[in-house]
Amino acid sequence: MTSVLSLAGPAGPGFLSPTGTEIAFLLVGVVTLAAAVVTVTTRQLVHAALWLVVALGGIAVEYLLLTAEFIAWVQVLIYVGSVVVLLLFGLMLTKAPIGRSPDADSGNRPAALVVAAAAAAALVWVVVDAFRTTWIDLDGPAQGTTRVSGEMLFRNWVLPFEALSVLLLAALVGAIVLSRKGDEDAEGKR
Amino acid sequence: MNDALDVALRLVVVFAVFLVLPLVVGQTEHKVMAHMQGRLGPMYAGGFHGWAQLVADGVKFAQKEDVVPANADRRIFQLAPAVALLPYLLVLVAIPIGPGEGAVGVVVNAGIFFVLAVMGVGVLGSLMAGWASANKFSLLGGLRTAAQLLAYELPMLLAAASVAMAAGTVSLPGILDAFEWWWLPWQIVGALVFFVAGLAELQRPPFDMPVADSEIIFGAYTEYTGLRFALFLLAEYAGIVVLCGLTTVLFLGGWHGPFGADGLGWVWTLLKTAVLAFVVIWLRVSYPRLREDQLQKLAWTTLVPLALAQIALTGVVKVVIQ
Repeated sequence: MTSVLSLAGPAGPGFLSPTGTEIAFLLVGVVTLAAAVVTVTTRQLVHAALWLVVALGGIAVEYLLLTAEFIAWVQVLIYVGSVVVLLLFGLMLTKAPIGRSPDADSGNRPAALVVAAAAAAALVWVVVDAFRTTWIDLDGPAQGTTRVSGEMLFRNWVLPFEALSVLLLAALVGAIVLSRKGDEDAEGKR
Repeated sequence: MNDALDVALRLVVVFAVFLVLPLVVGQTEHKVMAHMQGRLGPMYAGGFHGWAQLVADGVKFAQKEDVVPANADRRIFQLAPAVALLPYLLVLVAIPIGPGEGAVGVVVNAGIFFVLAVMGVGVLGSLMAGWASANKFSLLGGLRTAAQLLAYELPMLLAAASVAMAAGTVSLPGILDAFEWWWLPWQIVGALVFFVAGLAELQRPPFDMPVADSEIIFGAYTEYTGLRFALFLLAEYAGIVVLCGLTTVLFLGGWHGPFGADGLGWVWTLLKTAVLAFVVIWLRVSYPRLREDQLQKLAWTTLVPLALAQIALTGVVKVVIQ
């Protein structure tokens, strides 16, 4: 994400005299990236989940710096407040040990590395290509307020929004089907 | 006034409120519980009704040895109380206590989402404490905390969303500006859902299964001593202040009152918050603890449908009056 700033075309403002916000953006980006790397390399399961909190929080701060306040708080609410809690719940259910888990790595490590690198490359390339010449005017009126986000979402992006909700509904139905199937199996065994 | 000075002054005031109000609630809890149970409680320290007992308690906590269990995950164990307490300080910054821009720490554009998001972070402290203590009771407490949070976060959000729909804004001062007295009956179901879900999120009785003393000692906080334990207690009282303040702002009209809204708005806010805090204490003395399955059932089969019904009602009324 930091590469958006550094790779942007010559049409926008220059890089030689970065503003305070730009410097902060880059620094937070570095912290976020470092936390993300630690998340996938640490051998302590619960520490991985907690480093994930740092990474997700860092992304929320990046949104804030880009004036997208609403997105930032929703990021904290959904990811830090719910997804990580769910993750920790799962880890505690499996009684994640304190200290290192030697069996945390599987043999698929190289394959995972390749997939992650490919996904990261594709995302960075797409984002850089799409927003190469787009600059946010940080001094003008905020461009990411709740009102602006809402209008964009429900005027220009309604179809993707609805498609996403259908996707979530499918996931929900799938979860119910899976859990009910488990029930019948258990009853059959008894 | 100088801008930087203005901001600094506001933050100092919010910090002072953060230090004072939770202690007041704590002391009130001691006294109210004592009188409701037909006993006196500590009466000697300080003279009048033993008010200085709180100071004595603080000194006692500060003097105690700070023990970290040998098998615990040291750093996370020590970090957990801060993670539990600080979010409430942040939330307090965004709660308006009077009309106008002068009566709120910082005007946050997406205020509802800010307060709910940051409050959710506080629970991570309990989870960290529960896991890092290397104690079965703590782990069980952490598990129950997580399960409870997952169940009650949703109705709380839905109830808050209903108010945002009614006001047409997600900023807390904006909601208060749009408030009319008839919102009270209109949003009453949402208010109850929000308050109950908030109680559950704070793990206050009757939703104190995660710290049930007769089963798992003190849940995630079992291994804590001294100041760190006091910080967890403080987080609970700060949570009461924040929850009551939020309920006041979202559902009870905050600084609106029958009279004197211009100069005395902040008195109304504090008064309503105090009454709600009293109700929180009252509930603790009145109701037995809910069992784990009853907890989950209440959230998923009662509160979520009620919150959805409230949202539907809000939508219908909103369309009709436009």
